[in-house]
Amino acid sequence: MKLLNSLDELFKEIDIHQNKAISFHHHLRNGDLVINQVLEKYHSHHVQEIALFPSAIFPSYQMIKRLLEQDQIAHITTNYISGGVADYLSNQGKENILTMQTHGGRARAIIEGKSKIDIAFIAAPSVNYKGDAIGYKGPSKCGSLGYAIADSEYAKIVVLLTDHLVDEEFDRVEIHGSNVDYVVSLDKIGDPSGIVSGTTNITTNPIGVKIAKQTARFLEDIDVIKDGFSFQSGAGGISLKVTAELENYMKIKQITASFFSGGITGYHVGLLERGLVDKLYDVQCFDLTAIDSLSRNKNHIPISASKYANPADIDQVIKDLDVVILGATEIDLDFNVNVTTDSHGIIMGGSGGHSDTASEAKVSVIVSPLFKGRLPIIKKHVTTITTLGKHIDVLVTERGIAINPLRKDLLEKCKQSLLKIKTIEELYQEAINYTGIPKDVTRSDVQIGVIEDRTYDKIDRLYRK
Amino acid sequence: MIKTGTLESSDCMIELRESNERKIEIESIVFEQFGDQIYDVLKTTLDEYHVKAVFLRCIDKGALDYTIKARLKAALELWGVDHG
Repeated sequence: MKLLNSLDELFKEIDIHQNKAISFHHHLRNGDLVINQVLEKYHSHHVQEIALFPSAIFPSYQMIKRLLEQDQIAHITTNYISGGVADYLSNQGKENILTMQTHGGRARAIIEGKSKIDIAFIAAPSVNYKGDAIGYKGPSKCGSLGYAIADSEYAKIVVLLTDHLVDEEFDRVEIHGSNVDYVVSLDKIGDPSGIVSGTTNITTNPIGVKIAKQTARFLEDIDVIKDGFSFQSGAGGISLKVTAELENYMKIKQITASFFSGGITGYHVGLLERGLVDKLYDVQCFDLTAIDSLSRNKNHIPISASKYANPADIDQVIKDLDVVILGATEIDLDFNVNVTTDSHGIIMGGSGGHSDTASEAKVSVIVSPLFKGRLPIIKKHVTTITTLGKHIDVLVTERGIAINPLRKDLLEKCKQSLLKIKTIEELYQEAINYTGIPKDVTRSDVQIGVIEDRTYDKIDRLYRK
Repeated sequence: MIKTGTLESSDCMIELRESNERKIEIESIVFEQFGDQIYDVLKTTLDEYHVKAVFLRCIDKGALDYTIKARLKAALELWGVDHG
């Protein structure tokens, strides 16, 4: 391991033109100051045919757009894109430039050698003299470094970038110095205001509250909320409200959960500290409370993306997941879900762990208002398939619940339910009675990329607008 | 000029101005999906009030038909048009 003081020193050590398959993690989210600094070097050295492997792309990662405009990027492999890069790719992206993976699928592809990375550039909030790194301390702390672990173990060259070099041993090391080739000191790797995502508040919107209450009652009716159950809800307002509703039920019935997984918020930490859940398996912290909890709660455990959701990892946590609550931009009559493009066909997100958790959890539930603005959430066919319908079990809206006909067991369990159980066709009809039938949006025939599931199957294509 | 409605999500804003012919202008976040339907609601409502000459601008944030119709009716009545 070699200590360097700038990126210029680094590129005297290694030939930038020979190392253009490069990866980044997105734990610093919109506050990341590393990716633009590194890509600026690739820009000024006029490196061509770059293969980019960021785990996600946020609006502030503007150098990616610059490199696209100069045609310096041959391919992008990522799990989520929002902001200017998404708009650019949807409107002007060249053919077959993009592969959209899942969090588990990305880790799998790196570990199995399908994604070959020359240099992993890893923003590291705290690094010690051995090159060990953690994410939950330092001026740019972000919590778990789960999405960077496979990169640190399998990239040809591993470079940590840090603004906090310390002379101490770490508890629960996330990135091991034995895998690290260079540590580069930078003035600043992150902007704290952009690192934590803005709002992870429980919804108070009456429609959201109604959906959450119906969801909690449904989960009680199908008898999955019992001692030792496991659960993932993410940080969406409705999902968090479902968790809050379940908390009441758990207290009344004296139930404790075995684990919660995925993205962790202060609300999940509260449940751990109140003794309602035994363990938090954390691949990504959403707020400061969650970040700081990693320093004090032994049972709040940072995990790698592979341990989280790689189907080939024998320790995969979500294999034991009972229930996952997920969102949707669109869902169709076959229960296929889109969270990748908006209803105009423009990229605005991606799977993240959507397809991973839906595939593994015993019950996967989509929570959504029946229409957003004037757009019905249910369509005959989704614009883009992010998660295959065979993995989606239930849709809960404010006007009723639809169960995937493939889940005869759940339909059977709900026979006596007082909830409004309908078919998805009935909910579709109800929605368009209010909104009218939306005209199909137009798109070109130029294919810019593919949706690659965690199985490596290509489950859909992305087109230029 | 008469203005009704808001630019909140799921609402729309209607503006009426004097004109010697009927002119309808629509700006909508769901124009691609619902532009024709929004035009029909505006046109039908103007017909119901027998308004032949007006400049009508609708800035839509995803309102449902009955919201659009209510905002336009309110504007027409403030404009001083009697219900036909």
